[in-house]
Amino acid sequence: MSLLALSLAEARAGLAAKDFSARELAEAYVAAMAEARPLNAFITETPERALAMADESDARRARGEARPLDGIPVAVKDLYCTRGVLTTAASHILDGFVPPYESTVTENLWRAGAVMLGKTNLDEFAMGSSNTTSYYGPVENPWRRAGDNRPLVPGGSSGGSAAAVAAHAALAATGTDTGGSIRQPASFCGIVGLKPTYGRCSRWGVVAFASSLDHPGPMTRTVRDAAIMLGAMAGHDPRDSTSAPLPVPDYEAALTGGIAGLRIGIPKEYRADGMPAEIEALWRQGAAWLKERGAVIVDDVSLPHTRYALPAYYIIAPAEASSNLARYDGVRFGLRVPGESLEDLYEQTRAAGFGAEVRRRVLIGTYVLSAGYYDAYYLKAQRVRALIARDFTEAFARVDCLLAPTTPSAAFAIGEKSDDPIAMYLNDLFTVPADLAGLPAVSVPAGLSADGLPLGLQVIGRAFDEATVLRAAAALEAAAGFTHRPSFRAGDR
Amino acid sequence: MALDKATVARIATLARIRLSPAELEPLAGELSHILDWVEQLNEVATDGVAPLASVADIALPMRDDAVTDGNCRDAVLGNAPAAAKGFYTVPKVVE
Repeated sequence: MSLLALSLAEARAGLAAKDFSARELAEAYVAAMAEARPLNAFITETPERALAMADESDARRARGEARPLDGIPVAVKDLYCTRGVLTTAASHILDGFVPPYESTVTENLWRAGAVMLGKTNLDEFAMGSSNTTSYYGPVENPWRRAGDNRPLVPGGSSGGSAAAVAAHAALAATGTDTGGSIRQPASFCGIVGLKPTYGRCSRWGVVAFASSLDHPGPMTRTVRDAAIMLGAMAGHDPRDSTSAPLPVPDYEAALTGGIAGLRIGIPKEYRADGMPAEIEALWRQGAAWLKERGAVIVDDVSLPHTRYALPAYYIIAPAEASSNLARYDGVRFGLRVPGESLEDLYEQTRAAGFGAEVRRRVLIGTYVLSAGYYDAYYLKAQRVRALIARDFTEAFARVDCLLAPTTPSAAFAIGEKSDDPIAMYLNDLFTVPADLAGLPAVSVPAGLSADGLPLGLQVIGRAFDEATVLRAAAALEAAAGFTHRPSFRAGDR
Repeated sequence: MALDKATVARIATLARIRLSPAELEPLAGELSHILDWVEQLNEVATDGVAPLASVADIALPMRDDAVTDGNCRDAVLGNAPAAAKGFYTVPKVVE
């Protein structure tokens, strides 16, 4: 069996048994990254660093000092700052930015022994659902429709991470989820994507998009791998004032025990108008699978404000983004376009440095925060957000988890939906509510569309109850038995 | 809410993003389209509902007012597009 085909848990066992070395595993992934270059999943490859870290890992293991993730090659979304390695947020405005510091989450991964492969492509500043807004060009989904060779989007914004994991160019990856940016690309690429509870993984050193909504989390091939990755990434961080001062449970141990008696709610408002019948059918199938395994299905759960989540999000997220992105002024780091005056330098730099979608959102955010509109838009959206969070609190008085589709469609072609921002925003219809409420949610590949593309189902749970969410997701994964293969996978030839 | 070109120009100035005159019209259309769509929030009764700014259910942590970082001028300036003698350099703003 090829090293690339192993899951993270299997690779960990192989390394522990000395079936192969971290160096051999890293070499296989460095070659896989190169083979997968046509997907454009990576902005920066760091093969020398990967091999050096692998050698250190082998040395630790030889001394009997192996750590939980020792020798596991992972890719990092290029929104996480990495010391000494170009960090772009897929934006022109961060040209040449090499952080002198490391994000807490990646620091945690390296401390656990993981090996860094490189930095993955994304939508610019994580704003997008298709990975087509990147200054470094679109990412291709390793999947193609049956009988149709057009390249498809991997979803976004963590599209490079999703494509790399699905194409076996990384064993696992980090992502961030602000409106669905981990779960939607995971669904489009046939992998597992976990958005933890807000505050579970530190945001320190992650380029800020919308601070009250940004959730770092793992993207993996299996639910067990997501549990392992989350255990290494999570933890309290004094440098993030919203980081939860809570102990991190053993998520992998929590996968055992089954789901007998677990109460799973089916939120009726997630039946969107015009939802494809195959997605509705897959959702019903998912509920049936969980029921067969002993869960109690509660099919009249209501989250009445669901349809207002997306418009509330498209006020709150741009408002926070317009504030966060004010720091990119051309003075202290990144791109500088010279001007006649300092004011002119700011305006020229920001016009040249931001792409169309980022500019659109900064302008919307500036408008809804401006004098005279703040109450009508921004405070109104925050009040609706409170109602959305309350809907979930009331639902979780009756059920332990919710089951819903991850996305209202399968992956689409590059260029489709790009002329209407709102058509693009609708991708996040089912993922945005859990971001607004800060709840843990995981997407699991559950089946194929009629034209052969992966479709995900998501499990949403109570705050800080990732353990139950992962256990339900593992049951779903076992029942679905998703073993379909994308059109492109490194090491297949 | 339909935004006119003058309003878009004013927002762009607030946001410090230079727009060419030709960009104002299409942006006014796009932004108005988005604002029309978000206005469905007015259907929701929110009287007496407190705005939710963050779901982090924790008190803002306090720490001693002590220096925890610093002495890293060269690392900070390492990313500067232009610097001289330990300072950022910017265009002359005072004649």
